Order: sequence, then structure tokens, then C-alpha cells
Amino acid sequence: MAQPESNFKNMFLALFTVTFVAAAILGLVNERTKAAIARADIEQQNLAIAAILPPFTYLGKSYKSLPKDEKDSLQFFPAFGKDSALVGTAVKTYSKKGFSGLVTIMVGFTTEGNISGFRVLEHKETPGLGSRMYNWFSDKNKPKQNVIGTNPDKSNFMVMKDGGSFDAITAATISSRAFLESIRRAYDTWKSEKALNAPTTVKAGPTKKGGTL
Amino acid sequence: MNRMQTFLNGLMKENPIFVIMLGMCPTLGVSSNAINGIGMGLATTFVLVMSNLIVSLVAGYIPDKVRIPSYVVIIATFVTVVQLTMQAYLPSLYASLGLFIPLIVVNCIVLGRAEAFACKNGAVLSILDGLGMGFGFTFALTLLGSIREFLGTGKIFGLTLYPENYGSLLFVLAPGAFIALGYLIAIINKIKKA
Repeated sequence: MAQPESNFKNMFLALFTVTFVAAAILGLVNERTKAAIARADIEQQNLAIAAILPPFTYLGKSYKSLPKDEKDSLQFFPAFGKDSALVGTAVKTYSKKGFSGLVTIMVGFTTEGNISGFRVLEHKETPGLGSRMYNWFSDKNKPKQNVIGTNPDKSNFMVMKDGGSFDAITAATISSRAFLESIRRAYDTWKSEKALNAPTTVKAGPTKKGGTL
Repeated sequence: MNRMQTFLNGLMKENPIFVIMLGMCPTLGVSSNAINGIGMGLATTFVLVMSNLIVSLVAGYIPDKVRIPSYVVIIATFVTVVQLTMQAYLPSLYASLGLFIPLIVVNCIVLGRAEAFACKNGAVLSILDGLGMGFGFTFALTLLGSIREFLGTGKIFGLTLYPENYGSLLFVLAPGAFIALGYLIAIINKIKKA
């Protein structure tokens, strides 16, 4: 077939049709997949929670809490055992100091504040370097890397270069700092939440901390 | 055997990485290990085949002067559709490939083949060209990824072949990508001449 001539009318029509059809298709697909994507996200999230907490029977209502040093809140997922006693809390935390921006981590704390596990939910770190966060910080044979089972009150959640207790990922110190910062943030917020909510702890201070959403 | 030739072209004689040298940015960026290479390669193959097909069908209706913006819009739309569908119905695949998908839009192989092949050929040949180029790309990325992973960390596909301490970190980093790719291209050229 003969190609249409490149005059104003033809070019306008062709571009208009292409962009119009593209926009229509994108709108339609977005509309169709929105619900499924949201569902898949929640499923992923629940899988992550199940993987990082000690065995539990049901999840309580999740709530949000503002960390002291940042403007975006963290999400808390309390998990309860058979007798409705709290067995642990999963915290969706983040750091904005990754090598390429935001890093989102789901970390689980037992009731004593020990880390029961973690999953990296989202990151844009360098493949092969910063992307090794999960394997690096959960290596059972390397006590200077493994954060699972440690308690941020007892170990210093900084890389060794900064005077902390953990080895940074080889060639990815910035990603390591971001990872440890996100855990620190989760722990501090978890602790102040615990002080606020639980009557069993020493005293829920009169000052309003953070501000629960 | 014209069809077979079109398909085989992309694998070696006109391999997008080793010979045409298109799409070097994502190549150097994601080839730090073999799995990434396969993932990026296959995702690109899929987009390449589909965009070649669509471009070969609509090329006759688009005036010459606006063809590039039109192709870019078509490719970007297609990539987004793939991304959304995968995210919705294949979340586990998306978790491992999702990282690469936005990179495909800016991969010049896709636009390059639309421009150099699909707009001048029919649908069947364009699909074959997309497949050949895609597999050629996958092959190149996997080879490069394996070499870098092996030299850098002592592993191939995550299987340890020698202790990581002896690996040279350089090969996982960007300079190693350039060095490894340079030598690969030299070796391939030598083989092709012989």
C-alpha cells in the first residue's frame, strides 16, 4: 500500500490516532488490572509477614505510626497466637538513603524486640551489589552479617565503618547503610509504640510520641 | 530459506550486541549475573516480537515524518500493558523481571528493529526477525552475565564454582562489564573471520 504523504493533515491524523488508541488501551488495561494488582500486592505482603514472624494464628488490624525522624509513617502488622496473645509484630519500614532512592523492608520483631526475620519488598539498588541485601544480612554462617535473632538494643545497627556491629555488603556500603537505617527506624518506632500501648511496660509517658494515624 | 535466514541473522551474523551494538546501556547494566541476563533477554524478546508485529501492520498507514514518535508510543504502550498484566496475574514472575521491564522501553534494539526491519517487511518475517534478534540478545546477555558472575563471584547461575574471596569484584561493577564485553566482541569477531 502507498504510504500517506507527510502533510500536516496526515501527520496530525496519524499521531492523533496512535496516541488516542494507546491512551484508550492503557486506560482499559489499567482499569482491568487495578483490582488484581492490589490483591496480588496484599498477597505478597501477607506471604512476607508469614515468612518473617514466629508461627501465629491470625493477624490483627494493621496500623500506622510516624517515626520520629521522617514524615512518612510505618505500617505495623501485629500477629496473635491461639490464646490471642501477641507473638510478634511485622513492621513495614523504609529508608530513603538507598543507592537509588527508596528501599522498603518488612521486618518482624518478637515481643522482646528480637528480629525474627525480614524481607526486602522494594528497592532499586544495583543488581548484583546492593540487591544482595537479603542474602547478605540473613547469612546464618556469618555472625557479623546476620541480623536475624539480634536485638537492636544490644547490637549497634550501623555498618562497621561507621562504628556499628555489622559488615557492610562488599562494594555496597550505601545500600547497607540504608538497610540498617530502615531496621533502626522500625525498631525505634516499634519501641515507642510499645511504650504507648502496652500497660504492662513501665510507664506510658505522658508526652505524645510520634502521633498515631 | 529466506525465513530461516531472517531468524538466524539475529543469532550470530547480526547479533544485536556483538555485531550491531544496539542497546548497550541495559546490556552493561543488567549483565552482572547470568540469571539477570536471561530475564532481561526473554522479556525483551517478547516485547520485540510483539512490537515488530504491530509496527509491520501499521507502518503503511503512518506518514514518514511522524513514524518515529508513533513507534515509540506503540512500544511504550505495549511495554506498559505487559508490565500491568504481569503484575496483576503473574506476581512472582513480576518480582524477578519487574526490574527490567521499564528498561525495555528505552532499549534501542526494539526501536532499531522497528525502524530497520519491521516497517519494510511483512508480519511473518517481522515476527521471525523479532525472535531471532531477541534470542541473539538473550544469548549475548547470558554469556556476558555468566562470565562476569564467574570472574566476579566464582558462581554461574548462583552455583558456586570457586570461593567468592578469590573473585575479582571489578567484574561485577561497571568497568568489568566494559572489559568483558570488549574481549567478547574481539573473540566473536575472530571466530567470524575464521
